[in-house]
Amino acid sequence: MSSAPAPEALSAPLTVEFPFTRSLGPVQSAFLTGLRERVPLGVRTSDGRVLVPPVEYDPVTAEEIGELVEVAPTGTVTTWAWNPAPRRDQPLSTPFAWVLVRLDGADTALLHALDAPGPEAVHTGMRVRIRWAAERGGAITDIACFEPDDGPDDGPEGRQDDGRDSSAQAAEARPHDGRFADLVTGIVAPARLDYRYSPGRAQTRYLAALAEHKTVGERCPSCRKVYVPPRGACPTCGVATAEQVEVGPRGTVTTYCVVNIKAKNLDIEVPYVYAHIALDGADLALHARIGGIPYDQVRMGLRVEPVWAEGGRYPDHYRPADEPDADYDAYKELL
Amino acid sequence: MPDAPDVPDVAVVAFGQSEHRANTADLSEVEMLLPVLAETLGQVGLTAGETDFTCSGSSDYLAGRAFSFTMALDGVGAWPPISESHVEMDGAWALYEAWVKLRTGEAETALVYSYGKSSPGHLRDVLTRQLDPYYLAPLWPDSVSLAALQAQALIDAGHTDERALAAIAARDRTSAEENPHAQLRGSAPPERLLDADYLVRPLRGHDAPPIGDGAAAVVLAAGDTARRLCTRPAWIRGIDHRVEPHALGVRDLTDSPSTRLAAERAGAFDAPVDTAELHAPFTSQEVVLRKALRLGDDVTVNPSGGALAANPMMAAGLIRIGEVAARIHRGASDRALAHATSGPCLQQNLVAVLEGDPR
Repeated sequence: MSSAPAPEALSAPLTVEFPFTRSLGPVQSAFLTGLRERVPLGVRTSDGRVLVPPVEYDPVTAEEIGELVEVAPTGTVTTWAWNPAPRRDQPLSTPFAWVLVRLDGADTALLHALDAPGPEAVHTGMRVRIRWAAERGGAITDIACFEPDDGPDDGPEGRQDDGRDSSAQAAEARPHDGRFADLVTGIVAPARLDYRYSPGRAQTRYLAALAEHKTVGERCPSCRKVYVPPRGACPTCGVATAEQVEVGPRGTVTTYCVVNIKAKNLDIEVPYVYAHIALDGADLALHARIGGIPYDQVRMGLRVEPVWAEGGRYPDHYRPADEPDADYDAYKELL
Repeated sequence: MPDAPDVPDVAVVAFGQSEHRANTADLSEVEMLLPVLAETLGQVGLTAGETDFTCSGSSDYLAGRAFSFTMALDGVGAWPPISESHVEMDGAWALYEAWVKLRTGEAETALVYSYGKSSPGHLRDVLTRQLDPYYLAPLWPDSVSLAALQAQALIDAGHTDERALAAIAARDRTSAEENPHAQLRGSAPPERLLDADYLVRPLRGHDAPPIGDGAAAVVLAAGDTARRLCTRPAWIRGIDHRVEPHALGVRDLTDSPSTRLAAERAGAFDAPVDTAELHAPFTSQEVVLRKALRLGDDVTVNPSGGALAANPMMAAGLIRIGEVAARIHRGASDRALAHATSGPCLQQNLVAVLEGDPR
């Protein structure tokens, strides 16, 4: 079969969506429960620094840490970035500033959003305070965002690596026992990513031919094997396949299994047979359902042919063809 | 630290890359990769399956499919099974694994490849999924916004300004005019660039890398095998990678201690380099890297145009190593530094020092 004109590359929407479920260590558990109770907590390292948001292990020494302290809901912006076009799921839907905020009493900064009228209203060193979410359940989003605080401004010089600004010095971190009723022990963070999947040239050619009730494999120029379905490369020779070869329509059952569990959203009565089928002319078996024969009569070597549903773009299933079974030797290399 | 006498020297002997494009919807990953593999192996007279070891880098999050790299393995003839490994990282880290394999004497040649197609998804959203799942990921802070926080910190500290950042963008994209693989070539002068709107202030479009699809491959060889395959092998004199604390608010975003340490361990400060390829996807990150790597004005930085000219995810770091190796191969460099990064705001950094034999 000669090279057909390349059909336009197929593509289809693909959404990956999952609830990301994580358990919490004792420090994270206290911190996120604290947010629910509007009590911002940090953790003190052995050299006296206060980390907010707190972590379970010292980022410098890797030592396990757990001495909790309460810090203020006010703090200082250490750096910022104006986001003119908020993206889905970001904390605010109107333009806002991303900020790193060092809460008073802390030595490290927390990332969040700052609700401000515009970039001219934001600067490093500005004073901000937490705006709590109306509904809180123990997550970083219990902080709705930060908002400008009316307290004295630290100015751009408020950001110093070697010491705290004046306001932070005034607000020392206070010991906290981390005890709350009904501690949060885990988070569920929903995640959704949207893609547009395109299968590439070889699979587009295969799917386009299949819609016309033809099964077209591709031949390796080196070992001459015909791959069905083709994926563009020979996995043995590592070279591109290009020559298209029509195979089938009939084929041989090389092996099979009996399915006894009904799949969700699949309108097929169990038990049924799912089989590997080596189409005539193909060097790789594909898999499909076998119908038109009682499940306990399907056997290796059974000759089958495709059954197309009305308007179907691919075979609905394969059924026995009216011919004798194939010899084992004819398909033993394709098992 | 001097090598034990029986540890072989390892060199990059071949390098190839795709023409990086904004969208390759007409190609599957393996279809994008195949010509690059064939071209790279062909430079040293090899075909698929003829190297002792194969290591690759890619990311399922870019593809939106689990175990997506297994499809790409068809391109290297992985059946019957070959000695092969994969990292869910930039190919520079795959190269590191292959380098270790050759240093231990378990292999004499290795094929390293990596690829990334950003076009199927929305990269700024996809990259949020690599962040701390407790404190960062639920806020969906996108990659440009995080880089902008770092840029503002640099501006506040007086290390750079928006005009200087535009000059970096203009220099890289002007250099890329000579690079047929680059996705973005040429630039308006810095003054004109500053007329554009902010993408995320203080970053404008020119401060950010192009989003696109691409692949790269490298062949490594040890000792005499390298000399046999390549007229002037690019010997890896040192390579090391280090990571920053994961919490952004713990780090000093204006500095990169991990880059400095990796460079020290790779021997970058033992003698001057003539060329450096820096994996700085954002203009502001070059400012950090130049300081950490102590690069003077006499060093040619990013002659390829760097990541600002083409930043195929998972390949752009490997390309930095390949670009300096290719310059050594053709005698345009004698001692060069390559840097690769991963994660937000230069989270993880790899530094390699490569040399050619004296001419």
